[in-house]
Amino acid sequence: MEHIRMPKVENVRLLDRVSSRKAALGTLYLTATHVIFVENASETRKETWVLHSQISSIEKQATTATGCPLLIRCKNFQVIQLIIPQERDCHDVYISLIRLARPVKYEELYCFSFNPKLDKEEREQGWKFVDLNEEYNRMGIPNDYWQISDVNRDYGVCDSYPTEVYVPKSATAHIIVGSSKFRSRRRFPALSYYCKDNNASICRSSQPLSGFSARCLEDEQMLQAIRKANPGSDFLYVVDTRPKLNAMANRAAGKGYENEDNYSNIKFQFIGIENIHVMRNSLQKMLEVCELKSPSMSDFLWGLENSGWLKHIKAIMDAGIFIAKAVAEEGVSVLVHCSDGWDRTAQVCSVASLLLDPYYRTMKGFMVLIEKDWISFGHKFNHRYGNLDGDPKEISPVIDQFIECVWQLMEQFPCAFEFNERFLIHIQHHIYSCQFGNFLCNSQKERRELKIQERTYSLWAHLWKNRADYLNPLYRSNHSQTQRTLYPQMTPCNFLYKFWSGMYNRFEKGLHPRQSVTDYLMAVKEETQQLEEELEVLGERLANLQKMQLNGNKIQSKQQDRGKQLGLSASTNSLANTPQEYGSDLKSFPSRSPSQGDEDSALILTQDNLKSSDPDLSANSDQESGVEDLSCRSPSGGGCLPSEDSGKDSDEAVCLAV
Amino acid sequence: MEFSELIKTATVESVLLAGTGLPAVRGTLCITSHHLLLSSCPGGDGQPGTVELWLLIRNVDAVEKRVQNLGWYQPPRTNGSPRDTRLAGSSGTITLRCKDLKVLQLEIPGMEECLNIASSIEALSSVDSVMMMYPFFYRPQDLRLEEGWHLFPLEQYFQKIAAQTNQWRLSDLNRDFTTCPTYPAGVIVPAAVSDDTLRRAARFRQGGRFPVLSYYHPRNGTVMLRSSQPLTGPNRKRCPEDEVLLGTVLDEGERGFIIDTRSAQAAKQARMTGGGTEPKSSYPQWKRLHRPLERGRPLQESFIKLVEACNDASLSMDRWLSRLESCRWLSHVKAALSTACLAAQCLDREEASVLVHGAEGTDTTLLVTALAQVILDPGCRTMVGFQGLLEREWIEAGHPFHLRCARSAYSHARLKQEAPLFLLFLDCVWQLSRQFPFSLEFGESLLLALFDNAYASDYGTFLCNNEKERCLCKVKENTHSLWAWLNQPEEKKKYLNPLYSHNPLVIWPSVEPQSIQLWQGLFFRWIRPSQYLEEARAEMQRLVEAKEAPAKESAGSRLSRSLSDPAARTENER
Repeated sequence: MEHIRMPKVENVRLLDRVSSRKAALGTLYLTATHVIFVENASETRKETWVLHSQISSIEKQATTATGCPLLIRCKNFQVIQLIIPQERDCHDVYISLIRLARPVKYEELYCFSFNPKLDKEEREQGWKFVDLNEEYNRMGIPNDYWQISDVNRDYGVCDSYPTEVYVPKSATAHIIVGSSKFRSRRRFPALSYYCKDNNASICRSSQPLSGFSARCLEDEQMLQAIRKANPGSDFLYVVDTRPKLNAMANRAAGKGYENEDNYSNIKFQFIGIENIHVMRNSLQKMLEVCELKSPSMSDFLWGLENSGWLKHIKAIMDAGIFIAKAVAEEGVSVLVHCSDGWDRTAQVCSVASLLLDPYYRTMKGFMVLIEKDWISFGHKFNHRYGNLDGDPKEISPVIDQFIECVWQLMEQFPCAFEFNERFLIHIQHHIYSCQFGNFLCNSQKERRELKIQERTYSLWAHLWKNRADYLNPLYRSNHSQTQRTLYPQMTPCNFLYKFWSGMYNRFEKGLHPRQSVTDYLMAVKEETQQLEEELEVLGERLANLQKMQLNGNKIQSKQQDRGKQLGLSASTNSLANTPQEYGSDLKSFPSRSPSQGDEDSALILTQDNLKSSDPDLSANSDQESGVEDLSCRSPSGGGCLPSEDSGKDSDEAVCLAV
Repeated sequence: MEFSELIKTATVESVLLAGTGLPAVRGTLCITSHHLLLSSCPGGDGQPGTVELWLLIRNVDAVEKRVQNLGWYQPPRTNGSPRDTRLAGSSGTITLRCKDLKVLQLEIPGMEECLNIASSIEALSSVDSVMMMYPFFYRPQDLRLEEGWHLFPLEQYFQKIAAQTNQWRLSDLNRDFTTCPTYPAGVIVPAAVSDDTLRRAARFRQGGRFPVLSYYHPRNGTVMLRSSQPLTGPNRKRCPEDEVLLGTVLDEGERGFIIDTRSAQAAKQARMTGGGTEPKSSYPQWKRLHRPLERGRPLQESFIKLVEACNDASLSMDRWLSRLESCRWLSHVKAALSTACLAAQCLDREEASVLVHGAEGTDTTLLVTALAQVILDPGCRTMVGFQGLLEREWIEAGHPFHLRCARSAYSHARLKQEAPLFLLFLDCVWQLSRQFPFSLEFGESLLLALFDNAYASDYGTFLCNNEKERCLCKVKENTHSLWAWLNQPEEKKKYLNPLYSHNPLVIWPSVEPQSIQLWQGLFFRWIRPSQYLEEARAEMQRLVEAKEAPAKESAGSRLSRSLSDPAARTENER
């Protein structure tokens, strides 16, 4: 609290990002954990909540006649533009936020104060929800070829690896330790995914310290052991996910890549995925495009192209597809690495696993996948996502790219995933929110030292509790798309990679489809289920009725309930919305301007209902909700609208709904 | 002319047919007056053949042929002329690029046959006489000729307006198409304006297209009118009757908007060639807004470039987006949607009447007025209402389909009058359907069918350029209507949107670039694997039907069937 210079500022204006003419007047509060803006407008009192940990940059712009503008950019792609009347206040808010947004100790993070009112047992249960030993068992391991190794039990071999690693049975401790000494940061080859059907596996490591000519017998034995753990195949793919040039440059620093001549029966392959710095700049450029004010189609497409973002996404996908094909079609094992083996390697291994194994496309399986390939193998969450104040050059949207790859797959295979887009968006949100302990720190070792599991809560249990919100209605466990390896089309397929406005323009609700098919179909599905259940109940009652000559009062009330529910879901169709600015010079002529008063800034900036722990599960109170809609569509609802011409038509009703 | 004169070779055996995404098949190729057929005999020669291809030749946009001499390395035989040797070993490949954007390849043994087939297809597909086209020969058994031609009489549309106001009347001054050759016989005009005044006003508008009612907005009584440009010319001519006609639409003190679909510059330049725009001084109540929309050749070129880019498999990811940008198609979509929204906004929000025109008033004008109605009027978003809209605002309103849709994106023929305005309209409607997935009663499949039929059809609906030509060709007497076919219950089912539920509101789309997407279902229809998307669609259908099934069948009838208790039965009669 000592960092808050200015807990409250009044008469602050929150600008609308799409239309600068619209602004909401209200009060700004700074708390220990959040920035909160509360609108003055008496009917709505709309609130915008932003967690300090979500803030990626704060920009104080030149003071104008109207006040001092403050621009807050968030890691979940929300952009908040405030105008604070007094320069001094603005400065105080600015200085406070700079400090609050960059905590220096883990203890300052929200997860240590976040309390969802669960007892100790529930907390422990939550952390046990995802269990990696169970996961390797599910894959069929340990077996004749693979075993669990305790060589890293006290992080003695590799401090960024988990204590429990799975290695070929024939790889002795001597081989592992020897190999680890020949690998960057001692990240030796370990099992990521094993395919029961044909014994092919995906292993991961960091780059070898080969320089121009160095060799390591144990490392060569290690690779041989991996190859031999797949008796059906006489060679092993080694996939270096870096561009060849980068890998060669590393040789000068005593690192590099495997020489095919030194390792028996390997096939070496480069797949050029760029490094974290290129990716950070690419995202930056793409976000600049998203922030353009009324861009033309050309501005947008050019900007998107120049950012290179979709090209990078495709490179990651292509690498994943290559590996999945090697495993599923050729039955060949693959060793994947990049430089340190914790960024590109994590992306590629998890994409390949997702393509190969339908389990990872279920909600639980997806959590397991992130736990396995990202959390346990030491993806540096703290550095990459800037949870604590640190080197800005370490920050990079590595897992964001993986999450987008999943979304791109969901677009191509709409029935293949148990979860929906919202699930991905919420996971992305919480990777940055630091509200749950899962993504804290850079390694398992650090997390254990901090006693994360005793002091914070697990996101997985929380998401699971709310799983109804994350279901894909088109998913059916017995559907053909859910049962086999996914093969995305390779060529020509550029058009398959699309800009994900649901993520990067997530808070510009006005840009999204105005009606949500997912929510509607979920409602339909639930209704069907209810109807069937009721039918059963009614059937039973009928039997009783005929026997006992009861009257039907109860049935009647039951049916009325059902009628109400039907009404609810039907109303999601009549989604209210308002026009945008189609004709800029209209306002100069008539007395009534279309965007005067009656438009809802709410469409654009959703409130972040962060009192509950979900980023926009306030979806229940935004425009797509059937519940609120119904109320604002009632004939009397129109009466209290600000604009004079909306009695019958409830186009503008959104401002009530939010 | 006899079709048979154009067919040089009617049948070739052992032709290999390949198309993208399909396994190649071998069979016998046949050319008839209107169709290209390929039938294979999977079960051997004795078995009846399976028809693998049934292609309307009118659908062929471009024919490319390539012959190769397979006997290249064969030494000339001693007792046979060199020519024989060459022919025996030669074959040819014909690539057919269709107007619906499909690409087919035929591998034909024998160079001569190949060249004959190619030139026959070329000749048959470029027959330009309307009366020779297939709709005049097509006689399906389950449809009657007159069916579907009078589903949407203007009279009926007028009655709806007349029920609310007496400001408008239905005039038949154009019954013999003399006042305006591209208007239908009936038009809706202000009640207070006489036919005589209209005739004079027509002389002041290009092609006689005087302002007529396009849409009446029942919520506030404002109207959308359309016309062609006024013939002000370099001397700034005026026409009192035209001014009266437009003046009558507005009450005293009321304002209206003229949306000119050309830039201010272009409108000014049009004066040099006798056209122009309404000067403020002569039409003081009207405010002019210029919203330039591309038409004609640039639009056609944009379409051609886009299709080219979509078919270019060698494109890498980092060049795809700039290629897409350079086609400018999505910019046209954005511009058309924005302009239509502007018109709709004027009517619904400004409560002001609108006149839309460009130059001829048959292209971008109709694009804007039709699209604005889909946005404003829930009635136009139903299956029947949309057909009525097309009939009224495109077909009868005189969009020259015959000229505009003569060629599609592949043709090598010199561009004349071709321009994909109707496709642009369908694309915009698709964008609406994507942003409002429950608000349109019909689905993508209807839009695709309309695209296909506008360019090549078994039906007469999109034949000719206007009603006058249709009368001369007796289209309505001698061809079948597309609507008759589409509206058969079994057929109709395929085009319905399973998620539809009536939405009485105006649907305001987002026109930000992030919200506008390439219509993959059309431009990649024959390229992308659609299996997974089809499965998703089927799954949606299944879910929605599952909901309806217990609601209708189980809960209702099953219960009441078994109920004997009278008290309980009343509960069921909800």
